[in-house]
Amino acid sequence: MNPTIHAYRTGLKRALIELKVSLTTPSDIMGTLFPLAIAVTVMLFLRGVEVDGAPVSLGSMNMPSLIGMMIVWSGVLGLLGILILDRTNGTLLRAKSMPGGMTGYLVGHIGSLALFTAFSVAVLMVVGLLFFDGLEFDSPDRWLMFVTVLVLGLAATMPMGAVLGALIDNPRNMGLVMMPFMALIAISGIFYPITALPGWLQAIGQAFPTYWLGLGMRHALLPDAAVAVEIGEDWRTLTMFLVLAAWAVASMTIAPKLLSRMARRESGSTMAARRKLVEQNWG
Amino acid sequence: MGHPPTAAGPAIAVSDLRMRYGDKDVLNGVELTVEAGTVTALLGPNGAGKTTTVEILEGFRARSSGDVTVLGADPAHGDERWRARMGIVLQEWRDNHKWRVHELLAHFAEYYRPYAEPWNADDLLELVGLREQAGQRIGTLSGGQRRRLDVAAGIVGKPDLLFLDEPTTGFDPHARREFHELIHRLADIEGTTILLTTHDLDEAEKLAERILILAGGRIIADGSPDALARAAATTAEVKWIQDGRLQVHATDDATAFARKLLATDEGAVSDLEIHRASLEEAYLTLVEQFEAGEADAAVDQFQEVTR
Repeated sequence: MNPTIHAYRTGLKRALIELKVSLTTPSDIMGTLFPLAIAVTVMLFLRGVEVDGAPVSLGSMNMPSLIGMMIVWSGVLGLLGILILDRTNGTLLRAKSMPGGMTGYLVGHIGSLALFTAFSVAVLMVVGLLFFDGLEFDSPDRWLMFVTVLVLGLAATMPMGAVLGALIDNPRNMGLVMMPFMALIAISGIFYPITALPGWLQAIGQAFPTYWLGLGMRHALLPDAAVAVEIGEDWRTLTMFLVLAAWAVASMTIAPKLLSRMARRESGSTMAARRKLVEQNWG
Repeated sequence: MGHPPTAAGPAIAVSDLRMRYGDKDVLNGVELTVEAGTVTALLGPNGAGKTTTVEILEGFRARSSGDVTVLGADPAHGDERWRARMGIVLQEWRDNHKWRVHELLAHFAEYYRPYAEPWNADDLLELVGLREQAGQRIGTLSGGQRRRLDVAAGIVGKPDLLFLDEPTTGFDPHARREFHELIHRLADIEGTTILLTTHDLDEAEKLAERILILAGGRIIADGSPDALARAAATTAEVKWIQDGRLQVHATDDATAFARKLLATDEGAVSDLEIHRASLEEAYLTLVEQFEAGEADAAVDQFQEVTR
């Protein structure tokens, strides 16, 4: 039995257990679905709002964008939150104390998060197709585009979450990520076409994956005529793939080094110190 | 046993171990050897360096200098095969609290399969007395149950060496006794080498066949609970009143001293008291002085008494 392969296989088993645990824990489900439900409710009201030049309502246009945003949200913040929490409660240290444990832990969490994200995306898709006019998902090229954007999106965002999770040692600093993260959503054309923003904000928005995931999902799900409201009236498919791939490669290159540094520093006393800090913050 | 004994020799051998944080020496020259198959307690006041020592042994912390061998390897370079031979039970573990008890142990067992045949989860739950909680979420266990699950998780790979950090902190007496029984069972049935840290002398005496006292960054006493108790009890304090004044004398032979005193006092001695120090008193004095910031004095005085 090759120990490395075995550790990966154990990680995949862990992914299934983690997924089952998440899907049977009401607070986990609610924590994901509740914000989405609010967003969808807003979209429902936006179904009557027209966008100049677009064949569908603002509500319908935002549904694919929301799915794109959901991938970034879940991928980055999901893994970041897990790493921060698991360093405080000892899950990470436990993994470190077992042979192949860190590999199993990371494979397990990345796997379960990818599956959980796919589940959330599927829920949004069903809601979108049922309640929003103009979404199209009836041809193999759309399915292929949808799946490719989803997979590439997860590949770009989850390692990013791992990088941030490895860097942020103090749970209190999660806010350092949250604020820019929200600001980025505002300038990524998720809730209104990005072309409505001044040029320099458009430029910043286009440097990050959020915009491109929204664009890719709109491409996969909206009628072809909807391209009229995009930058340059073009889906820019190749650029989208390249930007997402660049983010994926960059973060996958840094992530393993930072993760092993994080794991190396982990011990019972560092965990106790961190927990004390958390208790002080809350108390 | 899950593993064939690979290297003959002690499970743990430490020589001149030093640890320095900034300009503070936490460990200065720790020497210790733990033979395979024994239960040893590392006893010492809080802040004496117990955790640092154990984390170095576990391979979780890099040392400043000294020679350390654990299960035949240097913990700083221990590989996964080495890791598979030890179990670690930390002072407080709240991991994986949404998982179910049986699920966790069965999954953890998987990690050890390339190296040894791990415990069957059902048998292990039986051993630690958690059979009825098998389907429960871990977050719903009581403190004592959680601790027993931690021990189960620590031994699921049938380790040769088990580290237990302050195992019964916060336990009620009943849970504590049950836990002690579990540790005895482990040591007896499996022949596991156990190194436990504690600041509680009573616990060390109950569990360990050998006690190492760590204070001031080094081992200041080493022996079986009986031997340490005898060493502490050799010095006795003799008190009496003579000419209206309290007199105190410390001696190794209280009987001879008292005989001589009474033979020559011409009836002036009253209220004679002979007080034999116990290990407990010596240790409590050590801890008190340690906590008052008089670490060096505490160590000197303790060694004076137990020498």
